[in-house]
Amino acid sequence: MAAPLRDGGSRPMTWDWDWAMEILPGLLTQGLLVTVQATIGGALLAFVLGLFLALLRRSPRPYISRPVGAVAEFIRSTPLLVQLFVLYYVMPDFGVKMTALTTGIIGLGVHYATYTAEVYRAGIDCVPKGQWEAAVALNLPRRWSWFSIILPQAVRRSLPALGNYLVAIFKESPQLSVITVVDVVGLARELGSERFRYLEPMTIAGLFFLLIAIPASILVRRMERRLDT
Amino acid sequence: MVTVNPCSAELPGTLGETMPFLCEGAVVTLQSAAGGSVLALVLALVVGLTATSRFRGARAVARVYMEFFRGTSVLVQLFWLFYAMPILTGFQLDTLFAGILALGLNLGAYGSEVVRGAVQAVPAGQREAAIALNLSPYQRMRRVILPQAFVEMVPPMNNLLIELLKSTSLLSVITVTDLAYQGRLLVNSGSDQLVVFALLLVIYFLLSYLITLLMRYVEGRAARLVGRGKPRRTPWRRRSATAGAGR
Repeated sequence: MAAPLRDGGSRPMTWDWDWAMEILPGLLTQGLLVTVQATIGGALLAFVLGLFLALLRRSPRPYISRPVGAVAEFIRSTPLLVQLFVLYYVMPDFGVKMTALTTGIIGLGVHYATYTAEVYRAGIDCVPKGQWEAAVALNLPRRWSWFSIILPQAVRRSLPALGNYLVAIFKESPQLSVITVVDVVGLARELGSERFRYLEPMTIAGLFFLLIAIPASILVRRMERRLDT
Repeated sequence: MVTVNPCSAELPGTLGETMPFLCEGAVVTLQSAAGGSVLALVLALVVGLTATSRFRGARAVARVYMEFFRGTSVLVQLFWLFYAMPILTGFQLDTLFAGILALGLNLGAYGSEVVRGAVQAVPAGQREAAIALNLSPYQRMRRVILPQAFVEMVPPMNNLLIELLKSTSLLSVITVTDLAYQGRLLVNSGSDQLVVFALLLVIYFLLSYLITLLMRYVEGRAARLVGRGKPRRTPWRRRSATAGAGR
């Protein structure tokens, strides 16, 4: 299970402050910038696409709702990593050429859209039936009642859960480093492989995630409590 | 009757060329998923119950573990355990062991939250009744609280186990020879990448479905044990409305 390092003792086995300070600015600016881009891009796509999926899933026509549901279930049950491989390695064969970051954003967005669709669905189910009945009583057209009565309430209820998925997307974005996106973790891997020493870059990268994800999830929890009351 | 071995090299075309390798990978994927699940479930139970403890210190320790491992992604934890920790401690973990450890610790943190929530959701009257019956704290937990909490835990645990299965694909990055690794190897050695990746997705989907079937069976059993279940029916025939609904 565990074996002593073969080259133990040849390099300093403790934290190297000088190097850590040297790589910190690069990780903080260049690396974190890409991570934030991937997170925001992926989250926006997931939030918009998820709403469409949720609406299609509720379509009264089974030839629309069934296939949409099945595809969403499939995407949710398979690893993001393999989906990224498909987007990055297979799509170019069909003439779709994108940068690694764009591919990653689409991968994250589509994958998490299948999750946010469930969030919206729960939100829509939470809207009291009386709201529908009122819309019918007022003789509002179906589209109107959806967009000006049901959805605003449903989306409001969905906000805390969407916040959780924003944090989840942020935390899963390092997977993009496998398809050569140079985010925080991608950069940390590059820096580590230059010196065969991953301790400092990986620890710094990990700390970034903790420092952002923990306050963010505390904020989300607070939002949850405020919406409850 | 002719049975076809899906792992046989005699299958036609790309299938025969790739399936034997993918099956080898699937075995490693299942091993890491099983190892990770066991570790995660044990951690979830221990830490989750600690999080409901009367003692502030114990609760704080559980909280720190949960926040720490939910605050970073599996990939970062994996890299840290495999590449960074050896420099600090001088011990290099084996790839599969590091992978199982990272998966177990990460999903265990999510699982703890599930266990904590389910235990706290058991109505207070149940605990009071158990005290009135003069049950010891252990009996209270073992005979009254946990069986009821367990029913509530199963659906979210199902989602977590599927997340865990999906996360095993990340172990390929530290060269564990799992499905994703074998798939990339096949593609690099010239197999049709569309077919290989499609097969990967299908195999992962089937494995997730297997987990869902298993957990639905467990849920039915657990519900019947506390007298809440539906009468015995073939549980794998019906789809529960909540299956797969978020995490």
